Amino acid sequence: MLVCHPTKTLSLNRSISNGDLVIVYERHDSMKAVTVSEGSVLQNRFGVFKHSEWIGKPFGFKVFSSKGSFVYLLAPTPELWTLVLNHRTQILYIADISFVIMYLEIVPGSLVIESGTGSGSLTTSLARAAAPSGHIYTFDFHEQRAASARDDFERTGLSSLVTVVVRNIQGEGFPDEFTGMADAVFLDLPQPWLAIPSAAKMLRLDGTVCSFSPCIEQVQRSCETLQTYFTDIRTFEVLLRTYEVWERKMESLKGSNGSLPSKRRQCSAGSYVLSSSPSISSVMARPCAEARGHTGYLTFARRKCV
Amino acid sequence: MCDSRRVTWEGCSVLLDINDGDRLVFARLSPAAKLKIGNKNCSLQPLIGRAFGTVFQVETAPEGPYLSPVQVNAYNGEEVRDGQVNVDLRDQVSDNNAEEVRDGQVNVESRDNRTLVDNNTAQSLTGEDIEAMRRQGARGNEIIEALIANSATFEKKTSFSQEKYRLKKQKKYAPKVLMRRPGSRSICEAYFKKYPSKIGFLRVDTLSLLLSMANVSSNSDVLVVDMVGGLITGAVAERLGGTGFVCNSYYGQTPYSMDIVRIFNLSDEICRRILRSPISDLLSQKELPEQIVQHDDVCNAKIQSNDQISASASVEEICHSSENGISELGAENTGPAVHKAPKAGEKAQKEMIDSWKENGFSSLIIATPELDTWTLVRDLLPLLANSAPFAIYHQYLQPLATCMHNLQLEKMAIGLQISEPWLREYQVLPSRTHPCMQMSASGGYILSGTKICTS
Repeated sequence: MLVCHPTKTLSLNRSISNGDLVIVYERHDSMKAVTVSEGSVLQNRFGVFKHSEWIGKPFGFKVFSSKGSFVYLLAPTPELWTLVLNHRTQILYIADISFVIMYLEIVPGSLVIESGTGSGSLTTSLARAAAPSGHIYTFDFHEQRAASARDDFERTGLSSLVTVVVRNIQGEGFPDEFTGMADAVFLDLPQPWLAIPSAAKMLRLDGTVCSFSPCIEQVQRSCETLQTYFTDIRTFEVLLRTYEVWERKMESLKGSNGSLPSKRRQCSAGSYVLSSSPSISSVMARPCAEARGHTGYLTFARRKCV
Repeated sequence: MCDSRRVTWEGCSVLLDINDGDRLVFARLSPAAKLKIGNKNCSLQPLIGRAFGTVFQVETAPEGPYLSPVQVNAYNGEEVRDGQVNVDLRDQVSDNNAEEVRDGQVNVESRDNRTLVDNNTAQSLTGEDIEAMRRQGARGNEIIEALIANSATFEKKTSFSQEKYRLKKQKKYAPKVLMRRPGSRSICEAYFKKYPSKIGFLRVDTLSLLLSMANVSSNSDVLVVDMVGGLITGAVAERLGGTGFVCNSYYGQTPYSMDIVRIFNLSDEICRRILRSPISDLLSQKELPEQIVQHDDVCNAKIQSNDQISASASVEEICHSSENGISELGAENTGPAVHKAPKAGEKAQKEMIDSWKENGFSSLIIATPELDTWTLVRDLLPLLANSAPFAIYHQYLQPLATCMHNLQLEKMAIGLQISEPWLREYQVLPSRTHPCMQMSASGGYILSGTKICTS
């Protein structure tokens, strides 16, 4: 997914080869991650797709099934990965992820600490921002979940940037070996206030912390604890509204006197007629009917300078 | 990140936040640079060699006012200055207020404002008294304490309005200067707060989404059309961290301003990764040898004229800021040792352009309030590699809706989506948590998608 070697560049014109991870795009709300394997097939509602027919094709290519239906094969990105990964926990989505990375000021070379790992949705984007020289240490107290996350980072090619460790951060805190070394710490824990003193210890001065909590009571307690070690404490909620775009034809109304009357006047007065002139077509946008109303509160703070 | 980047150096760019965001100033540190705070002119010399995040306060010495770092004890939140201990405001408020019950219960506040009468007689200290205190060398905090002691109404105020009173007096008599590291977050926020039109009303969450949606990652080649002062170019270069390239492209002969790039403390290596190219060069077919010769002449002429433009621009910038201005200070005072930000935005060489034509860009970001979005996207999308993502910003919805519709009709891209980010900040205080009273109503719109194979 990422290119960390200085002599290489991200070339999307490379064709698909055996063993590549591709995102199979059916529709914007229907995608799947597939590892190309020469003898395999992909079966979905559009029919059967032979992997062998994908090999050698460029990314972004349209491939056809036995039934003549088609899907697109896309190169994986952290954004696409967030839409296709296996949910082992509730995950963070693009609006929160983007904001966290910008607000934590993660740049290439940053050392970032995260807990919990969860499904690794945020971790993937953290790795992209810290690459090629930075590193993400991510902690989860769930052995199996950590193992699955490790497998995922192997699959997405991020293992060199991410280290997954099994550890109960709320109980034990972060390991002492990172004391004063972290540029940023991200907490997604049920009781973040238990981990905040340890997070403060891990951070360099002026380093940043973020705590993600769905409930305001968690925010309240976290902020009280943050006061001791941190400054510039700020809490945000970030959401996305998406729009649908349609081309709509609307009949133009023309009064007998050449003016454009309102519909009501036309009805009541009866002296206006619908013009036979061609209807006007225009492209219009409106917000999609359903939207995510809440994900969580993001609380940021900065390690105080001595 | 290396440690040296956490401590300022001579010639370094900083963001100075005066009194919690009341005033934001970008400055370049030099021994001769000065900043006017209130009615006092302070040298920025004491800021050199200090850690980002340090807070300074104006102090008065016989030689004149100077900026002195305020030490904050990292573990107990108390501010220590010259052995004096000033207990953090919030702690003081809760100490004074014995009725306050913690652990989620509502505070019982016995005081209210029923006896407060606004007749301007509450304060018995006069302006002359305060001046006299100052002449005797009183510190800002001492003046504030005197004001409180001489206020007939202070004790009758609620603890909340006592805190407000203190804060108001602190801003006037003991202004604080917080020194921040200029990065895409702080630069975007400062411009959005003070001069949003200069960055096309691009809010920080929207900028963060553009970088994500365009998959800006190390070793990638990002094509940008940046008519928001160089903010996007700088933010992309910061994310590339000295790998890959950002190609800042433009229509016509004159590149768009990139002044904001100079505010980032980008290393020379990162600056070298910022290249400029006219869109016509990116779109042109391979040329015959004699055309190239001609072409290079034109380019050189262009570069010269660009230099003139940027030179005159920096002269304008040097002018001291108005009270609420964002400015670059100090450049005029640097004397013989000129500390200039490394030059970013060299013209892309022909080999580079040919390589981009051959391999395609790995992503595209457009923020052009004044160009027709669809025409631009129609021209530039073919320059992308297949499966490359793109993100287009606009402060208005309609140009993006039209563009999205046309992209659908032409089947040039998939995963098309128009998103509008919404950002709300909260006040979090014991028993007084609620959304902030003011918020930004719009951070603009983004059209994102992925380019597909059309052949």
